[in-house]
Amino acid sequence: MLIRFITLVLFLLSIATSSLAQSDPKALIDQLGKADFKQAEELIGQIAATGDPRVVPALNAFAEGDLYARKSDGAVFITKAAGADFTLIDPLSGESAGEAPKGSMVKLRINNNLRRVIRSATGGLTLLSPDRAVRLQAADAVLRSPSAENLELVEAALSKETDGEVRARMQEARAVSILISERPVDQKRAAIETVASLGGRGAISILMSAAPSLDAALKPDVDAAIARIETTQAFWDMGQNVWYGLSLGSVLLLAAIGLAITFGVMGIINMAHGEMVMLGAYSTYVVQEVIRTSAPNLFDWSLAIALPVAFLVTAAVGLVIERGVIRFLYGRPLETLLATWGVSLILQQLVRSIFGPTNQEVGNPSWMSGAFQLGQMQITWNRLWIVAFSLSIFIGLLVLMKRSAFGLQMRAVTQNRRMASSMGIRTPWVDAFTFALGSGIAGIAGVALSQIDNVSPNLGQSYIIDSFMVVVFGGVGNLWGTLVGALSLGVLNKFLEPWTGAVLGKILVLVLIILFIQKRPRGLFALKGRAVEA
Amino acid sequence: MNFKARLGGAMLAAIMSTTAFHGAFAADDTIKIGVLHSLSGTMAISETTLKDAMLMLIDEQNKKGGVLGKKLEAVVVDPASDWPLFAEKARQLISQDKVAAVFGCWTSSSRKSVLPVFEELNSILFYPVQYEGEESSRNIIYTGAAPNQQAIPAVDYLMNTEGVERFVLEGTDYVYPQTTNKILKAYLMSKGIKAEDIMVNYTPFGFSDWQTEVSKIKAFGSAGKKTAVVSTINGDANVPFYKELANQGIKAEDIPVVAFSVGEEELAGLDTGPLVGHLAAWNYFQSVDTPVNAEFIKEWHAFTKNDKRVTNDPMEAAYIGFNAWVKAVEAAGTTDTDKVLDSIIGVSVPNLSGGYSTVMPNHHITKPVLIGEIQADGQFEIVQQTPAVVGDEWSDYLPDSKDLISDWRKPMSCGNFNVATGKCGGKGS
Repeated sequence: MLIRFITLVLFLLSIATSSLAQSDPKALIDQLGKADFKQAEELIGQIAATGDPRVVPALNAFAEGDLYARKSDGAVFITKAAGADFTLIDPLSGESAGEAPKGSMVKLRINNNLRRVIRSATGGLTLLSPDRAVRLQAADAVLRSPSAENLELVEAALSKETDGEVRARMQEARAVSILISERPVDQKRAAIETVASLGGRGAISILMSAAPSLDAALKPDVDAAIARIETTQAFWDMGQNVWYGLSLGSVLLLAAIGLAITFGVMGIINMAHGEMVMLGAYSTYVVQEVIRTSAPNLFDWSLAIALPVAFLVTAAVGLVIERGVIRFLYGRPLETLLATWGVSLILQQLVRSIFGPTNQEVGNPSWMSGAFQLGQMQITWNRLWIVAFSLSIFIGLLVLMKRSAFGLQMRAVTQNRRMASSMGIRTPWVDAFTFALGSGIAGIAGVALSQIDNVSPNLGQSYIIDSFMVVVFGGVGNLWGTLVGALSLGVLNKFLEPWTGAVLGKILVLVLIILFIQKRPRGLFALKGRAVEA
Repeated sequence: MNFKARLGGAMLAAIMSTTAFHGAFAADDTIKIGVLHSLSGTMAISETTLKDAMLMLIDEQNKKGGVLGKKLEAVVVDPASDWPLFAEKARQLISQDKVAAVFGCWTSSSRKSVLPVFEELNSILFYPVQYEGEESSRNIIYTGAAPNQQAIPAVDYLMNTEGVERFVLEGTDYVYPQTTNKILKAYLMSKGIKAEDIMVNYTPFGFSDWQTEVSKIKAFGSAGKKTAVVSTINGDANVPFYKELANQGIKAEDIPVVAFSVGEEELAGLDTGPLVGHLAAWNYFQSVDTPVNAEFIKEWHAFTKNDKRVTNDPMEAAYIGFNAWVKAVEAAGTTDTDKVLDSIIGVSVPNLSGGYSTVMPNHHITKPVLIGEIQADGQFEIVQQTPAVVGDEWSDYLPDSKDLISDWRKPMSCGNFNVATGKCGGKGS
C-alpha cells in the first residue's frame, strides 16, 4: 500500500515536472531555434497555451523576422540591428542582453503559415491587455484568423470589457469563433446573424468557409445571409467601379492634359510628350534621392518639392525642343511627327545611359500609402490624391488660359497668328512658352504617375497612345473636352473590364473610339468658328 | 506602344550597330563569343544585366588562361528588343563574326525568331531564361527553367505548405504565361482542384491600372477557401501590381502571390516592406548561402564597381551555360559546333546553389527549385529547396506533348520523338 502510494506520488510529481518543463515559455522559445516549420507551428501553440502575456513580444518579433538564435548555445533573442552588430533583447523580460556580431546569430525562419498561426495566438493572448488599442488589435486578429481555441478567451475578455467599440469587435470575433466551434445550433444561428451584419466580402468568406462543417439545419440561414450580403455588395461594387473609372480617368487626364496644349492648342503632333512625363518622374526620383541622403525628415514633402523641379526641368527641355527643332517645322505635321519621335528616342536612351535601364525606386510618402474604407468600398489614398491633383491642375490651367495675359496671347496666336502679330504680340516666343508650358504640365503629371507606375525609361511610351486617344476623343483644342474625354474613357474602361477582361476591354474601347470618330470627326467638344479652318 | 517601340528600336539599332561594339576583326588567337542581348528598347531593363554578366564570365575565364590556350573575345550586339532584328543580329554574329557560340535572348519571341537561323547556320545558342517549354532544338541549350523546374514545384509548395485550394493564374497576355497556365491548369486539375477553383486572367503588356484586377482577386479569394495567386506577370507590369496589392491591404498571410518573373532585379524598383511573405520560385536566389555564391557575388560587385547590384536567376543560368560550354569545348578539343554538341551532353558543372547542374540529352539541365519569400530588404528568404530536377521540355500534362520526348544523342538525335507512334516528328520542332 505504501509502495503504491509512493509510486503514485512519484508519478504525479513526474507529470508535474514534465508539464512544468513544457509550460516554461523561455525553454519553448529556445526550442524554436532548432525547429522546422511543422515543429515551430506546434511550439507556437504550446507557447500560446502557457497563457503568459510576456511571450507576445517574442512571437511578434518572430513574425517580423527579428528573432535570432545564438550559434554558440542556441539561445533565442529578439534583435535590433545596430551597425554591424545586433542588440540582443531577452525574449521574455524585454531586457537588454548585450550585443553580438551579426555573423554569430542565425535567423529563425518564418513563413506565411507561421505568421498566420502567430497572429491568431497573439490575438488570443492580448485580449486582456490593459491598453485599449492592443485589445482592439487582438480582437481584430481573432476576427481575421479565428480558431475554436480562442473562443473561451474571447468570452472571458468580453465579460470584462467595458469599451463600446472593443466590445463590438469582440462580439464579432466571438461570433466568428462560434461558427467553427462545437457550440449548439441556436448559438450558431445567432452568430450567423452577427457575421452577416458585418457585411462585405470578408463576411461572405467567413460564412462560406464555415458552411461545410455546419449543421444541416443552419444551411438555409447561411444561404439567406450570404444572399443578403451579396445584394448590398453588388451595389457597392457598382460604386467601386465608378471610383476605379474616375481614378483611371484622372490618370488619363494627367497624361493627356499637357498634350491638350501642345497638340490640342498648338497643333503639334508631339511624340516626345510621353518622355516629358518620364522626365518628370525621374526628377521626382532625383529629388527623393537628394532628400534621402541630405534631409531624410523632409521625405513626406518630397513630392511637393519635386513638383516645381519637375515643372522647370521639363519646361526647359520643352523650350529647347521648340527652339531647336519644332519651330522650323510649323505647318509640316509629318516632319514634326518624325522629328519629335526622334527626340523621344534620344531622350529615352539618354535617360537609360544616365540612370541605367532598370526601374528606379520612388517612395510613397506616408500620406499616400494605404487605403480607407468607405462603406464596403475601399479607396486607396494615392488614387484619391491623384484624382484631386489632376483636377486641380485642370482648374489651374483653365484659369491660366482664360484669365491671364499669357493665356489671352496664347489663344490669340493660335486663333489668328497674323492678326496677333500685328497687335504687337511676339508670336515666336508665345509659341515657345506655350510648348514649354505643355511640357512642364507633362512633367508634373510625371511626378504623380511616379507614385503608381514604374519609373523606367519606358514610362512615357505607355502613356503616349492613351494621351492622343483622350485628346482626339475629347475634341482637339478644348480643355473641357480633354476632361470629359479622359473621365468617360476611364469609367467606360473600368465597366468593361470585369465583363470582358483587361485585354478585350482595351480593344473594345479602341473600337468604340474609332466608331465615334467616324460619326463625330472633331470629337466630343468640337471647336466652332473660323479657328477651325485656319 | 508596340509599333512605336519596335520602329524606334529598329532605328536605334541601326545607329548602334554601325558605331559601337565592333572591335571584332578576325584574329586567329582568340575564340569569339556572341552576346545577343537587348541594350535598348523595352527589354533592356532585364537584358543589360545579362550582357554584363557574360562579359564578367568571359573576363574571369581569360584570367584563368582562356579556353584551349586561346583568349576569349566577346562580340556584343544590340538587337534593341526587336524580334526580327534578333534573327538578323544572330546571322551577323555567326556568318560575319564567326563566333563559336552565342549567349543570348530573353523573351520567347526572340528565341523563336533566332531558332531557324541557328539551325540553318549550325551554331549554338545558350538560352538563360525560364520559359514555357514545348520546344527542343539541336542547336539550343536551355539553361533556364522549364515549367516543371519552376511552376509546378511552386504550386506544390502552395498546396502542401500553405494549404491553398483555390488558384488565380494571373499573367501577361503572351506565349509564356499562356502556355505555363495551360500546363498549370492541367496539373492542378490532375491534383483534384476543381475547375471553378481556378481563375485564369490575362492583362496586356505594361498594364498599370490594377485596381479592378486586384479587387477581382480579392472577391475570388473570399469564397471561404485558402486562395493564392500564381503570377506570370511580365517585368514592367509587376511594380504597379504589387503597389496596388499593398495599397489594397492584401497581405501574404491572406492571399500569397507566387511569381515566376519577379526576382531581385525587379524588386529593386520597389518598396518591399508591404510585400514581405509574397513568394517567388526560381532556381537561384542571391541569398543562397554557399561559398561559391558568395564568391560569385563578390566578383559581380567588383566587375560592376557597384556593391548594390543584385544577382538573379538568369545570371546563374548564364553562369552554368558558360561553364558547361567551356567544359564541353575542352573535352572536344575544338569549338566545332557538331563536336561540342556531342560532348556537351552529360557535362556537369557546379551551380551557385551548392550542387551540380548536368546538361541532359534533351538540351535542358538539371537544377534544384527554390521557393523564396520576399524580405523587407528586397532579397528572398528561401523557405524550400528541392533536390535537382531534370528539365522537362515536353510537358507531361498537355495532351499534345505528353507522348513526346527529346534526345539529341546519336542515333536518335530527335527533338520531338513520339513514344506512342515510335516516330521522330510531331508538334513543334
